[in-house]
Amino acid sequence: MAVLLIAEHNNKELRPFTLNAATAASQIDTEVHAVIIGHNSGDAAKKLSELPLIKKVLNAEAPHYENFTAENFAPVIIKLAENYSHIICSANTFGKNLMPRIAAHLDTSQVSDIIKVISADTFLRPIYAGNAFATIKSNDTKKCVTIRPTSFDPCESTGGSAPIENVEGSEEFSNTKFIKREEIKSDRPELGTARIVVSGGRGMQSGDNFKLITEVADKLGAAIGASRAAVDAGYISNDHQVGQTGKVVVPDLYIAIGISGAIQHLAGMKESKVIVAINKDGEAPIFSVADYGLEADLFEALPQFMEELNKLNTIQK
Amino acid sequence: MKILVAVKRVIDYNVQIRVKEDGTGVVTDNVKMSTNPPDDNAIEEAVKIKESGKASEVVAVTVGEEKAQETVRKALAVGADRGIHVKSDVMLEPLAVSKILQKIVEKEKPDLVFMGKQAIDDDCNQTGQMLSALLNWPQATFASKIEVKENKLEVTREIDEGLETIEINTPAIVTCDLRLNEPRYASLPNIMKAKKKPIEEIIASDLGVDTTPRLEQIKVEEPPKRKAGIKVASVAELVQKLKNEAKVI
Repeated sequence: MAVLLIAEHNNKELRPFTLNAATAASQIDTEVHAVIIGHNSGDAAKKLSELPLIKKVLNAEAPHYENFTAENFAPVIIKLAENYSHIICSANTFGKNLMPRIAAHLDTSQVSDIIKVISADTFLRPIYAGNAFATIKSNDTKKCVTIRPTSFDPCESTGGSAPIENVEGSEEFSNTKFIKREEIKSDRPELGTARIVVSGGRGMQSGDNFKLITEVADKLGAAIGASRAAVDAGYISNDHQVGQTGKVVVPDLYIAIGISGAIQHLAGMKESKVIVAINKDGEAPIFSVADYGLEADLFEALPQFMEELNKLNTIQK
Repeated sequence: MKILVAVKRVIDYNVQIRVKEDGTGVVTDNVKMSTNPPDDNAIEEAVKIKESGKASEVVAVTVGEEKAQETVRKALAVGADRGIHVKSDVMLEPLAVSKILQKIVEKEKPDLVFMGKQAIDDDCNQTGQMLSALLNWPQATFASKIEVKENKLEVTREIDEGLETIEINTPAIVTCDLRLNEPRYASLPNIMKAKKKPIEEIIASDLGVDTTPRLEQIKVEEPPKRKAGIKVASVAELVQKLKNEAKVI
């Protein structure tokens, strides 16, 4: 039976992790269909049909799908589920909110946040903030699986031309009402997909001091991350949080500044290819995962870092 | 208004996790256990709502082995009125736990069910959403702010893109984020008082719920270790290494 991928989008474009989830889905079965639920989301459906991995697109549009409410989305997918062996989605806040609502209706034990497809019924997933890896075999006939997007490469996004089939929606769930979404707009790369991430922690001491991080990030074309301590202290907004309960990032370069390295933070960044830590406490746990550690006062080191970067002829972006 | 709060006993968040050599799990013997951190936020929020006069009763429920009762006792010490301990000696998947909680909800008829957004042991992030699916109730996951209104809640949710605000009619499920509030510590007099508060014990298998495991844990292993890095002496050396050795800038 085919695999059903739930596309994530903003009614105009696909969200980037849809490409990673498509790769994961294709590792389970080559017959991947994708469902897109939205409002005036035809353009996003078209882009979805261009993914070469997708064999068929199922499109449901209605005004009450505009804001991705799980209570409205789940019934659409449950109706489609009988034709599929697996339902796949990213384990970000979209998928985490939605998938268990589908799984419970289907009486299926969900497998969350997998980092590897071992076979069609067996998956690898981190537990205990990534301090252990569990190999899990699902014995349910229908499997609901969320995938950790940064553990799968994004698939090709052009060249395909899957047929788009309209599917029936379902009635609006009237007990949940969307009010507003406050998205922080930024020209910087998205944290989840950035090649370089520069993160600040409690050591930054104030929100104002984060401008030191911003300068470095601008210079490197990097996204800005933060530890939970920095977000809790109000230095920076929650969408920057990296860690067990925030975002998981796997950039080529992760620069941790004034971050001590609690296991909950390490859970979100320790798979990064190269890790740099700048911290004045030489015993800080962050140094145990850092490829390059600099024991220094960040308020001296960061301006010097900018100076050194400015001396370079070229910087990869 | 009555609030039911689900709490789970997990390995304390400060403990360095050790994987068992036989690959069957992680070491839990002689390891410090405590309440799942966002479940503390769930209890705190329920107690605050009661203190503001908008709720009449806070009931704490846990599902688990004998010692899981400690988490209910702790909830009672910070202000919950009474407890329920659904006893089970076997590991239960979130689907099974949500079916058990559904039975408790049918019995207790709360207006709200609160719990943490995720347990820090299995990191599943499922139970609240599954329970709301089984009850066909609205769900507000990853809540960082809750405003109680007449027969409804306005909830701010932390999502990847920023913040989202939704309004949900009661009865409803809320899963709580760590930034929802600052959980209080239990005072000694309140710990003493909590010992007299009632905890109802229910045997999970008496609830008539199918809790058969659907997932097999084939093995648990240590994640690959990062190879040790080096300390650099200066910023200049760091930038040179990044440019010429790691070739990432």
